[in-house]
Amino acid sequence: MRTEKYIARSSAIAARLLGGEMMIMSAVDSTFFTLNEVATAIWQAADGRTPLSEIVKTRVCQDFDVDLETASHDAEHFVGELSAHGILLVSDQPFGTAPVGANSV
Amino acid sequence: MSLLYEMNQKALALGVPFDVQFDITYRCNERCVHCYLDHDDRGELSTAEIKNILDQLADAGVFLLTFSGGEVFMRRDFFELIEHARHLLFNVKIKTNAVMIRENEAQRLRTLGVEQIQISIYSHRPAVHDAITKLPGSLQRSIDAIRFLKSQGLKVIMANVLMTANMGDHAGVQALARELGVRYSLDPTITPKMDGDTSILNLRIPGTELNQVFHNEALVGDVDKFCAPPKAADQDDLESFPCSAGHTTCYISPYGDVFPCVQFPLPSGNLRRQKFLEIWQGSPQLAEVRSIRAKDLPVCSTCSHVSACTRCPGLAYMEGNMRGPSVSDCEKSFYRTGVPSANMLRGSSFSAPGGSLIQIRSLTA
Repeated sequence: MRTEKYIARSSAIAARLLGGEMMIMSAVDSTFFTLNEVATAIWQAADGRTPLSEIVKTRVCQDFDVDLETASHDAEHFVGELSAHGILLVSDQPFGTAPVGANSV
Repeated sequence: MSLLYEMNQKALALGVPFDVQFDITYRCNERCVHCYLDHDDRGELSTAEIKNILDQLADAGVFLLTFSGGEVFMRRDFFELIEHARHLLFNVKIKTNAVMIRENEAQRLRTLGVEQIQISIYSHRPAVHDAITKLPGSLQRSIDAIRFLKSQGLKVIMANVLMTANMGDHAGVQALARELGVRYSLDPTITPKMDGDTSILNLRIPGTELNQVFHNEALVGDVDKFCAPPKAADQDDLESFPCSAGHTTCYISPYGDVFPCVQFPLPSGNLRRQKFLEIWQGSPQLAEVRSIRAKDLPVCSTCSHVSACTRCPGLAYMEGNMRGPSVSDCEKSFYRTGVPSANMLRGSSFSAPGGSLIQIRSLTA
């Protein structure tokens, strides 16, 4: 059985939505990213409590008309990349509290 | 072209304020001889007022937020303000003299995710630095703070303002920065005081020294490139904005006054009376600043330096006309390249000392 993933935004980042594009800067190493609309939707839904599979179904497949297999593959890749930079936290258990800035962007 | 620059250009196109400097106090524990501020509290914004303004800035799309002063740590609520700003996901930078930063403060700044701390260091010699700050022991305290901050892995920039009192010490400060493992930046700009007093302009380094600074490889990198004669201006140069002031950046004073930039004291609104976006989108003063292109500058548009000049419209405004030349920038262009500016050729001179210059004045005063 496949393990569920939960994702939460790190508190060590700065972020702002600019013209539909999310800007994210790591406070740790000043790495600067911009996310496209799909990645922004996943990032905004990363509340630490909603399983990644549900985020993909409800926020990606429905809103962007992508099939589940493609969306899941892309989401896994995206989550792996951002977690490698410490921008997203990943766990197989729900996180305890809501991430910093949950309602700010 | 960096991604951050690209996003700044996008903000410009969308009319979004990208970068704000917020001075949260003018009070200070140092009395630097060149400082343009007065240090009285004339009714600073309260904690609640600042938090409310930060909420508005986040809603308006501001991403880069610099807390400055005065000395920011003179406010007892400073960490509460940083915490609020970080909760709103600003990229937070701080400008400070750092003398109040010890291990605990450094650790808290790290925990809160502050991106960068800029610290003013005037000399590697305590006698020179402390004579400028008028606070005995201040150099040692600032250096100790840099070590505390570095031990937390924080990014520190050593800012070296150059004036007559320390103009021989930049190499020593640069070596100190290397020793401490922090970035070094040099700024030879001295501006008039906020009450219009221009006496401190006597502290500006003489042109001969400026010339040496601009031709010092350790300070500017590739001297031939940095000091190259200006290229002929093309249409793009003439259609360009003088700088980002009022376009993607602005400055907020401890009293809630909004200006295009910390160095551009054109009162554009007050946040105790108006919402931030009302000012950003509706201020006639900001609209005027935004309307100016290089081609609209009567003297500078004819100048051979127009394509590469660092002309500051705020300094020009302080000298009497935001569309006019800034004499101090004319001097910089001249001493950098050896080519006189159009303003110099027409025989204009800037008799600053004793002159009446506009400086930051509170709308609420």
